[in-house]
Amino acid sequence: MAEKLASSFKNILFSLLLITAVTAGILGVVYKYTQQPIEQKKSEKKEKAIKEVLPSYDNIVEEKLAIASVAEKNIFKKEMAADSMTIYKAYKGEELVGIAAETFSDKGFGGRIFLMAGFLPDGTIYKINVLSHSETPGLGSKMTDPGFYQQFENKNPQNFKLTVKKDGGDVDAITAATISSRAYCDAVDKAYNIISNIGGQNNE
Amino acid sequence: MAALIVIIISTIFVNNIVFSQFLGICPFLGVSGKLSTATGMGAAVVFVITLATLITFLIYEYVLVPFNMQFLQTICYILVIAALVQMLEIILKKTSPSLYQALGIFLPLITTNCAVLGVSIMVIQQSYNLAGALLFAFFTAIGFALALIIFAGCREHLEMVDVPENMRGMPIALITAGILSLAFMGFAGLV
Amino acid sequence: MNRGKIFTNGLFKENPTFVLLLGMCPTLGVTTSAINGLGMGLATTFVLLLSNITISSLKKLIPDTVRIPAFIVLIASFVTVVDLLMQAYLPDLHAKLGLFIPLIVVNCIVLGRAEAFASKHGLLDSALDGLGMGFGFTLSLTVLGMVREFLGALSFFGHPIAPADGALVFVLAPGAFLALGFLLAIINTIKKKKQA
Repeated sequence: MAEKLASSFKNILFSLLLITAVTAGILGVVYKYTQQPIEQKKSEKKEKAIKEVLPSYDNIVEEKLAIASVAEKNIFKKEMAADSMTIYKAYKGEELVGIAAETFSDKGFGGRIFLMAGFLPDGTIYKINVLSHSETPGLGSKMTDPGFYQQFENKNPQNFKLTVKKDGGDVDAITAATISSRAYCDAVDKAYNIISNIGGQNNE
Repeated sequence: MAALIVIIISTIFVNNIVFSQFLGICPFLGVSGKLSTATGMGAAVVFVITLATLITFLIYEYVLVPFNMQFLQTICYILVIAALVQMLEIILKKTSPSLYQALGIFLPLITTNCAVLGVSIMVIQQSYNLAGALLFAFFTAIGFALALIIFAGCREHLEMVDVPENMRGMPIALITAGILSLAFMGFAGLV
Repeated sequence: MNRGKIFTNGLFKENPTFVLLLGMCPTLGVTTSAINGLGMGLATTFVLLLSNITISSLKKLIPDTVRIPAFIVLIASFVTVVDLLMQAYLPDLHAKLGLFIPLIVVNCIVLGRAEAFASKHGLLDSALDGLGMGFGFTLSLTVLGMVREFLGALSFFGHPIAPADGALVFVLAPGAFLALGFLLAIINTIKKKKQA
């Protein structure tokens, strides 16, 4: 049996170099081969979300629209200031059948939540899908349950106030998770504001 | 200013790193037997978390991001933290023997404290800038120290209580932690 | 010690969570449901197995003084591998476990087995030890997840058993501490009975 390497400077240098070289190699290879699937999964997820919240369509036009900047600039990075929102206009032939907005809110319990909200051209909510959230499991996480999100479907925010009942609105909050429900409403409301503006442009 | 107060309250109480994020449980259960050691450990953790966050944040922003190597985050951070703790130990030993006596014995334990690595990753995930990251790290660590000290106080009293035999030691400690965590949930209404 | 014993050692006698009380953070943090516990356990097992194998085969090449840093580099890179693979092929589970994946690096079980077992034993033994410890960890995480899911949401691996709500507190943070505390007390009681 070969003896264990002694702790001389040369040996230390050799063994650490060897280990870092081997791990760098492994990591490089794994990174290279997982990069594509990771990107693909992300775009698939987004596509699926858009498809789920809109009526059937043929093609999508993506647009970035400016909104009032939100985050506290002094403690967050600039990109968190989020001064734009991406929307997806869905067309069937020439006709606009719906608009989805990738919206968000900072009023959640565990950081920013992202929703994909789909609207019909007249501003009625078609369907809403949660893209990502980090609300408390078992409480705020119930925003992904049909019991909560179905109450928004086929409602027009013109006569459906997008705040929880506690705040004088029309939304039934999730039990014991008023904060998460408020954040959800806030995100949908943001999306509606953007989309009702575009609707106006189209009518001209 | 209002945002600052929200950050302070939510990091220390509402999202307390021990009671709601489950980070740093090992030292939380391990060194909470006596109030004095808990205070020492708490102070050491505040020091290390803040410093480690500062250094890892700079490395992330100025080394990993420019070279597009964010996936090396974990490996870089753990090496930086391990080296930092070792260096702190050496520096403290040479320059401030009294501080070394107070904090020194806790330093080696901190390398494997997942709160340190956890906080330095969290500030990146939550997109803080440097000032925000430091604030977040400092107050999170204060939250850890607070939890540790309260818990140590409870356990000192537990020593004198007649606990059913099979519950002695870790089981009753965990249940105490559960009740404390329940109490901390009450802070949720504050934000 | 024969090979079978090395494997079962980690499963029961020296179960990392219930007996050695190591790796408490992921144990409490991810066990809101049985499936999360299972996923976390398997991710950790993967890292344990790889790190035990590499460390036991490289042990002659690593001088004692730089042992720990060398182990940490190896473990951290395996964790990164798991992280990337999960992002690519199990994105939903990855999103749920979140921060606790990179934190496998500081899970005391991994470094502990590298130091206490793999650096002193042969390749096959170390692999068995890694698997045994990993499965022991997986087992206890899954059990804790099942208990919490059952009490908190009245469901089993995501399938509702009864149409009612459970005691929500067991899914929330305090429930993690309470459930583990009572489980440990029950295990103590069983052990005492066996000895008597």
